[in-house]
Amino acid sequence: MTDIGVKKELVAGRPDLWLRMENNPIPSCPGCHEPTAMRAILEALEELDAVGDAVMVVGVGCSFAFQSMVDLDYLVCAHGRPPDGASAVKRVLKGDHVVFTIQGDGDCIAIGAGALINAAARAEKITIFMLNNANYGTTGGQLAPTTPLGHVTSTTPGGRTPAHGYPVRVPELLATFQGVAYTARGAMNSPANYQKTKGYIKKAFAAQRVSLGLSFVEMLCACPPNWHMTPLDSLKWLEQTVIPQFPLGEFKDVQGASGKTQEATR
Amino acid sequence: MADRLFVQGNEAVAWGAVSAGCEAFFGYPITPQNEITEWFAREFPRMGRVFLQSQSETGSINMLHGAAACGVRAMTSTSGPGWGLMQEGMSNLANAELPCVVVLVQRGGPGAGTTRHAQMDYASATHGGGAGGYRNIVLAPASVQELHDFMPLAFHLADKYRNPVVVLSDAILGQMAEPLERKQLEFEPLPPKDWAVLGKAHHADGKRRGISIGQGFIPNPDFPTYLSFIDHLDKKTKQMRQDEVRFEALNVESARLILVAYGSMARACQGAMEMARAEGLDVGMLRPITLWPFPSQAIRRNIREGVQFLVVEDSLGQMVEDVETAVGERAPVHFLGMLARHEPREMGMIFPDRILEKIKEICRK
Repeated sequence: MTDIGVKKELVAGRPDLWLRMENNPIPSCPGCHEPTAMRAILEALEELDAVGDAVMVVGVGCSFAFQSMVDLDYLVCAHGRPPDGASAVKRVLKGDHVVFTIQGDGDCIAIGAGALINAAARAEKITIFMLNNANYGTTGGQLAPTTPLGHVTSTTPGGRTPAHGYPVRVPELLATFQGVAYTARGAMNSPANYQKTKGYIKKAFAAQRVSLGLSFVEMLCACPPNWHMTPLDSLKWLEQTVIPQFPLGEFKDVQGASGKTQEATR
Repeated sequence: MADRLFVQGNEAVAWGAVSAGCEAFFGYPITPQNEITEWFAREFPRMGRVFLQSQSETGSINMLHGAAACGVRAMTSTSGPGWGLMQEGMSNLANAELPCVVVLVQRGGPGAGTTRHAQMDYASATHGGGAGGYRNIVLAPASVQELHDFMPLAFHLADKYRNPVVVLSDAILGQMAEPLERKQLEFEPLPPKDWAVLGKAHHADGKRRGISIGQGFIPNPDFPTYLSFIDHLDKKTKQMRQDEVRFEALNVESARLILVAYGSMARACQGAMEMARAEGLDVGMLRPITLWPFPSQAIRRNIREGVQFLVVEDSLGQMVEDVETAVGERAPVHFLGMLARHEPREMGMIFPDRILEKIKEICRK
């Protein structure tokens, strides 16, 4: 083949931050949305030119695997404790670091609820990403605080009913905190929602960069193996059952943040 | 700043941490260590260092985890109930190989127990209460001066082994005031913390760094398998056992009776030993300074024909088990514990004259 002078332009690809996995394949299950959510975060970091200053803080759950998948400095904390670890990292490093946690819903709002709520109350200048797959994926799909009503799990075999309590809506909850600058909920079920969510991610990082307060983005993710559905059926379930109980959109964008974040994300 | 101060033990801890270059403190209110947390809250912000009050001791130990991962010297302090909450964190710090210091100012247990003195956390400090498979050095100061001096030592040992170190104080040591000479202690140089998490752009080679509680679980270049990691921990543990045993021996060479005590009870025992020797009784004392690794060899070296041991602890007996293990059947090991306090309410204490009484009882036989 000779070079005939065709101009090449990359129209699609993957973030440079994904590590090559020759000996270490992506450990997520077929149809899992979590790597997709991680990819949106990595693209946002690259587009914001924040890679060198980024520290990723991981908890325990399916997101535990990201420590071997992502080419960023990282810290793995105890189950539920990434907000504690991230708070200390951000304060100790003292620079313009972009410190974010990536946590499952169980890690974030069940065992880690205390750490999350108190980091929000302290207005920590960190960003929290909660991957909500409606159950405990790593351990075989048990009831989580974020399991929607009607959803079958291995510890609610007849489906979640009001007798099991109600799902927790975290971005709505955190929006009530004075120390929180930005909260939103996106989903990974379509290219349109992926792009919208990436916009939320960039605004969350921007809020951190201008030290407005804690920023939080929830991302709804399908979990086909534990939902006992095909990947396509789980997309339908996400659209028909999960999203109606977990509405998408922004819940808090501190006045002044929009302008600043738009500037910072441009 | 005066080189000589008259301060409480809890404040001496803080001055010791400052001389060690401690950059971050995380704490939660609990008696009898509050003076430590309040000192850092007052002094650290104006030194440009990090103070953060956590939402619980679980929060403290995990904030410590985050700070230590960034390569700075960081610490927390607590007492019994908070120490209980920190056990999960201690185990994770050991897996992640994060150097840091925890000051444990003991109070009465179990449960909420009392807010007054006792020595009831020996077992959990030396044997660990988190997910098993780890060890940590435990230093036992017995004076305000040692509370100061053992802080730089603790940070040095933590960095040397990349492992958490516990400084085991108690309410008597923490609350009592003594003269303190502030001096800079020197230690052998240590390699830079090239492993610290700083953001990729902040490393000379531009390559990522990571700190994980999943060593042995998630393969990494250092530890491709679980047993390769466990083997590494084994070597580290053996080296600590070999090189880091510390103790103080007083009049043990010819002693017929050797007192064994640590912390505030070592002070009471020293008084009792001096009174006994004034009465012509040949009593010595062996004070473990590292409770783990325990100075078993030092105890064994002093087993001679006719020698006996008396362990004094402000508990129902925890260290006495390590003394018994060291001695075996080769000499009698006696015990005087918290039931020998001078009165039954929580402020009761084991005074030197009560220990002297026990010494005489043993020597008369």
